[in-house]
Parts: sequence; structure tokens; C-alpha cells
Amino acid sequence: MRPMKAIRQRYEIRFSGSGGQGLITAAVIFAEAAGVYDGKFVCQTQSYGPEARGGRSKAEVVLSDSPIDYPKALNLDLLLAMNQVACDAYFFDLNASGLLIVDSTLVEQYPTSRIIPIPFTGIARDELGREMVANMIALGAVGHLCHRVTLENLEKALLNRVPKGTEKLNQEAFRRGVEEAEKCNLQDLPRSILTETDEV
Amino acid sequence: MTIPAQAIRHKYLRHNKKFPHVWCPGCGNGIVMAALLRAIYRMELSKDEIVLASGIGCSSRMPTYTDFNTLHTTHGRALTFATGLKLAKPSLNVVTIMGDGDATAIGGNHFIHAARRNLNLTAIIVNNSIYGMTGGQYSPTTPFGSKSTTSLYGHIEHDFSIAELAVTAGASFVARATVYHAALMDKLIEQAMRKRGFAVVEVISNCHVQYGRRNKLGGAVEMLKTYRDNAVTVKKAEKLSAEELAGKITIGVLTDREMPISTEEYKKVRQRANEAEGEL
Amino acid sequence: MISDLENKRLLLQGNEAVAYGALAAGCRFFAGYPITPATEISELLAAELPKVGGTFAQMEDEIASMGAIIGASLAGVKSMTATSGPGFSLMQENLGYACVAEVPCVIVNVMRGGPSTGLPTCPSQGDVQMARWGTHGDHPIIVLATSSVEDSFSITVKAFNLSEQFRVPVIILSDEVVAHTRECVQLPELKRIRIVDRIRPSVPPDWYKPYEGDNRGVPHMAAFGDGYRHHVTGLIHDEHGFPTQKENEVLHFQNRLTQKITRGFPEIMMTRNFMLEDAEVAVIAYGSVARSAYKAVEDARKQGTKAGLLQLITLFPFCRSQVTPVLEQCRAVLVPEMNMGQISREVQRVNQGKSIVVKHNRIDGNFITPQELYTQLVKL
Repeated sequence: MRPMKAIRQRYEIRFSGSGGQGLITAAVIFAEAAGVYDGKFVCQTQSYGPEARGGRSKAEVVLSDSPIDYPKALNLDLLLAMNQVACDAYFFDLNASGLLIVDSTLVEQYPTSRIIPIPFTGIARDELGREMVANMIALGAVGHLCHRVTLENLEKALLNRVPKGTEKLNQEAFRRGVEEAEKCNLQDLPRSILTETDEV
Repeated sequence: MTIPAQAIRHKYLRHNKKFPHVWCPGCGNGIVMAALLRAIYRMELSKDEIVLASGIGCSSRMPTYTDFNTLHTTHGRALTFATGLKLAKPSLNVVTIMGDGDATAIGGNHFIHAARRNLNLTAIIVNNSIYGMTGGQYSPTTPFGSKSTTSLYGHIEHDFSIAELAVTAGASFVARATVYHAALMDKLIEQAMRKRGFAVVEVISNCHVQYGRRNKLGGAVEMLKTYRDNAVTVKKAEKLSAEELAGKITIGVLTDREMPISTEEYKKVRQRANEAEGEL
Repeated sequence: MISDLENKRLLLQGNEAVAYGALAAGCRFFAGYPITPATEISELLAAELPKVGGTFAQMEDEIASMGAIIGASLAGVKSMTATSGPGFSLMQENLGYACVAEVPCVIVNVMRGGPSTGLPTCPSQGDVQMARWGTHGDHPIIVLATSSVEDSFSITVKAFNLSEQFRVPVIILSDEVVAHTRECVQLPELKRIRIVDRIRPSVPPDWYKPYEGDNRGVPHMAAFGDGYRHHVTGLIHDEHGFPTQKENEVLHFQNRLTQKITRGFPEIMMTRNFMLEDAEVAVIAYGSVARSAYKAVEDARKQGTKAGLLQLITLFPFCRSQVTPVLEQCRAVLVPEMNMGQISREVQRVNQGKSIVVKHNRIDGNFITPQELYTQLVKL
């Protein structure tokens, strides 16, 4: 069993990329797993409307062990960027000890050395034959790396939410994402030069 | 069937409540109301199951005088209230009464969509070619060239033909009568009320006070005579050319067709929804 | 189906919670017209109402939607519509009809940036005064504001109850943030939810006066088709429901219409207090902005400022009896809103020199953040 971290305060995740990459779906699944199955307090929001279609798209999940007042992200703990535009736009919303996970198939310029690049789209296209499941690979990686959701429940929520007949493909993608994430050692990531308490 | 006029008055009018009525002497609205009551009498409907709903205008005062469930709504919206009533309680027999401006100007959108939606409703539209209650402004059925208080120098727009509009919009039953043809009118209203589907009866009526006077059409009697002289039956009209039909009023049943009605279809929706629920 | 969801933990959007709240309250008729950001309410009810014997209708516009729900309510069925600013503007005429003919119904307005087409996908609280005064003429109305998914469920139930109890349209103001945020809620057991129904006449039909107020000033309501034939009109009417222009009858009617709500103030006016006991400065907020205010108050307390929050659930009738003590207690009060000051003017009206009322307004389509409130709060 993976060690689960307590969420004393808020823990904020943003799934970002372009419209059509399935980021809202990923966020909703995450929120359902953490909220309904794990029993945490969650707030899930998204950018909505024309912006979400084609352009920059973001969906957020705020997690907490106590009721959540402000529903949107204030200071990200984890940012998933599925393209360059989103990475550039949202990187500075991430706190200094937060995790940046990028789709290295589509993000070429990294804004920091503290980064976890995984070629989600590449894996989806080349190994699974369907580019559209990149979001589920990413969901697996986010789920594993954030340590704030049980993976069993995340998978369960995923199987509940995806269209009938696509369960197997999505499950495979999800597990592939977890597998990729397992290769990363968070301890090896560069750290902020100041300690967490020094950061304002 | 002989119609006992006094018995009908006693049975259906709220005679102890709000008479005298607001209509001018000679107004066609009384003829329409009488025809409606005769139709209801013949159909032997219970007063409790009938809703008479109206919009705003002279003819829309009719529900006030009749002893049914009566609903005097906002201008042009009678059909929207009626739609809610009928969908929520399909057992009600809902009749709407509207004027030409009410039904086809401010309520024009509701009218065509009610026809398209095809609920089991009856819409009686009293068409007197003018806004009477507000003092004689032109309406969507005021003929080209006519005078009104807002077209003092002759009307420059073209008029709607309400019955034909209803046919095109998809009503199940459409008929037209004039207030001169009172006996025909109450038969048409009865047919409309018996029809399963959206049924429209357009009644050409006289507003000698606001419309006739300004256009030198004479008083009530003269206007009714004009209706008599200009009316042609649907059958006869079929044989006439467009030129010959100019200025004529086609009376009778214009359309009578069978189409699925939405309250019945909604029952199937409920069934399908529950089946879908079962599959989950 | 809603009965399958009892006691279950669900991840719902605010809009979905409104729809489930309506179902739980006994709503069996919905008419609406598609509009962002309210559409999910229609979509969910289109799927769920037929399963419980209810009816969903998509009308040709919001005017028709409002007319249809009045018609359905007159037939004895609890009814609702949902819309956003532009549609709410169109509903005003028939909303007034529902007020004057005393037809219970619930109208949800998921506010978006205005005026006109405005900012369809951005949050706003710009329709607060329209909810109160949108339809012409003096009229009684109840306006409630929801701030979370859980609220959206319970406030919708409450809206139906108040509407039935007072025979008045109740407006629920939601906003784009509340409407589209997903949160976990546990739907209560349906039979544990207190439901209120309109009182139907118990006298024989011949004795029935459809617009005679009872001891509360609220007339008993017969459904069309139940044997109590009566007349319903938007004209000012007498106790029998027939149009009147007689001064004494008009006055009697108008007074009763206002007083039935006045008498109900204690039940209608709902607020929430947070850290107000020893507060020296306070925030008065409602809707999604109240959530930012909770956080700002917490942060201000940590910094040493004795801050508190009064969250308004009922916006109208305005909660004078709850707002007044806060104004008397605090040296300054901050009223943040996503409009140019629509509730702050109500606070100022009640204030009359008791405290300093500071407005904080935002109409750029962005949600007010806790930081900006914190900054204001510690300066007060």
C-alpha cells in the first residue's frame, strides 16, 4: 500500500491543456474518487465556454480534510500541463515545492528543472493506438504522484465515468500512466533553495 | 338538436357576478361566446373539466363571464399558460380565446409553436383586424391601405392570414368562420374541441367602432352583411382562381389531419425513461 | 432516479443539486429554454422528471417557460423554471402575473455577467435588484441565494416550501461559480425532508372565495379541475377573483399581498453567522462570494483582526433584523459583490450611521478572491 498523506490544509491540482484533451473528464474522475470513494472534501471547477473548446482549457480539483470555502485553486500543489500554452500560462500559479507534470510529447520548453516529463500523447498514440486516451494516462500519473487519492478508487471512478465499451482501453491507459509515474522518484527532484517555511 | 338559449345562459354564465360586460353594442364577441357555449352544451361536458384561458384584449374578457375554470393571462401568452395546464393535467379540456393582435403579434411565436407542439388544445381566435381595447391601432390582420389610429394615412404593411398560418405551422385542425355564420361557427368550434390535437378556429368578427367606422364599412349590421356576401366555402374556393378569391373570406374546415399529440407521446417518454432506468 | 440516490455520497454540480432539490421538494413540472450557464438544470430534469411521473417541456422562449409553469401550478403541480440574465429579463412580465395571481412557483436564475448578452460564461451577481424589482409595480417576492452544491439542494427545497406556504414566486439566485463547481454531497433520505404543500380549500365549492386570505393572509388554493371553478386574472381582483377598481377592494388586496410576506419574516429571513460573536469588523456576503469571505475572515483572524461574516441566504425581503445587530456591533462592514453594489445599498439603507459600510465590487467577469477581501478587511 502506497503511503497516503494527510491533507491538513488545501491541496490543489490543476489539469490543463487544450480543449478536447479530456482534462475536465480527468478532473471530474479525480474529484469523484477523492470525494465520493475516499470521503474527502473536494471542489471541482473548470474554465467554461468558448475558451474550453480548442483554446486553453483548465480543470481544477481542491482537496481537503475539512470543508472547503473558496472553491477554486489559489496556489497550486500540482500542475498537469498537456501542452506548451498551458504550461507557460499556469506554471507561475504553482507553489515552489509543487509538482509540475508535463506531456513531453507536446511541451518542448520546460520552465523549471523541477519537472516530471512523461510523453502521455506519444504513449497513447504509439502504444495504445488512440491519442484520445492521453488524459487517462495522465490521470494515472497524477493519481500516483500526488499521494492524495487511492489508486483503486481512482480506477473505480474512471470505470464508472467512461463511455460503455471503452472501459478496457481506458483502464489500460490509466495503468500505463501509473507505471510511468512509478519510474519517477520524487526525492530526486530538484528542490526550492529556501525551505517551505521560508517561502512566503 | 334544439338549443334552449335561456337554459344555456343560466347554466354557463356568471350572471350574478360581473355583468354588464365590457363589449360595445353590436360587438361580435357575444356571438362567439354564444357559439362556444352551444358547442359545450352539445358536447355535454362538465363545467369542472373545462378551462377557458385568454390573453388580453376585448375578446379575452370572455372567460370572466363564463362559469368554468377561467384564466385571464397576460397579453399574447394564453397558449403558454394553457400548455402548462394541459401538460400538467391532461384531463382538463382547455380552450383558449385570443384576439388577432394577441395571438399573432405579441403572441405570434407562442401560436406557431403551440401548433407545432400539437397539444390537445383548442384555440379560438377572434379576428377583428384591429386593436379594439386600446382604441383602434393597426394589428397584424389590418388590411393593406386601411386606416387606423396608427395608420391615419393608410396602412403600408401586409396582413397575416391566421388560419393559413396555423395550417403551415402544423395545427391538426384549422377552420374559419365569420360572426355572420353563427350556426356554422358553433359546429366548427365543436369539431375543434372534439379534435385530438391542436385545433384552431379563426372567427372573422366586426369591430365597427374602431375599425369599421374609420374605414367606412358601416355599423355592425353592414359589416355582418359584408361577411355574408364575401364568404365562400372551402369547397367553392377550390374552384376559384386567386384573382377571384381576392377580398373573399374562405369559411369551413381548412385542415383536418391526424398527428401524434404531445401529451400522448409524453406518456411514451415516461415509459422509455423508466425502461432506460431499469437497464442501468 | 432520485429515490435511488438517498443517503448516497455524490459528486454533483450546483446546477444538478438544484434539479435534485426540486425533485425532492415535489416539483413535477419544469419548463425552460436553453441558456448558459443554467442548461444543466433543464438537462437533468428532462431525464429525471418522466421517471417520477412528472413533465419536462422545452418552450419556445423564457416568456413561454414562465407562462407554462404558472399554468402547471394552477393545475396543482409544483413547478419550476431555470434561466440566466437574458432569459430572466424575458420572464419579468409573467413573474408579475404569478405575484398578483399568487401562483406558487420557483424561478432559478444562474447569474452571468451582464448587461445584455454580457459575459455568458462568467460569474456575476448583477441580477440581485432585478430579482427584487424586475417586474413592474410593487409586489411581494422572495429571493434566496445559494453558495455551494449542498446549499443548492437544500435552498431549492426551501424555495418550494416558501412558495407553497405563502403562494408567492420564489427566485433562487445562483451564479456561474456555484452552478458549475462539483462538490460531494450526501442526499438525505427523502422522507426525512420537510415538505410544505399549499393549503387546498376545505369549504364546499359554493362557499369558496379564491382570493380570501386566511389568518396568515394567504388564500387557500384549489387546482383547476378539482370542482372549485374560479377565475384567475392578472387584473387587480376582489376576494372572488373578479377584476375590481373599487378603491377599498384594491387597497385590501394590495395590503394583503404585502402583509402575507411581512407576517412571514421570521420564517423567510435566513442567514448564517461565522465568528461574529466578538467581531469588530464584518463581511456581509452572499452566493459564491460568501465562500471567499469565509476564507478571508479566517485569514484575518490569524493575523489578529477580529473579523466575522454574516452570510445572507435570503436576499429579499432584506434581512434587516439580522443585519442591524452586525452594524451596531462592528465599526466597519465590508460588502463584497460581483456587481456595482446591489446589496450594499440595502445595507446602507439599514445602516443609517451605525457603522461604516465599505463596498467591494467586481464586474470584470472574475470571481472575487479571498486575498482581495483579506486586504480590504485588515484595513478596516
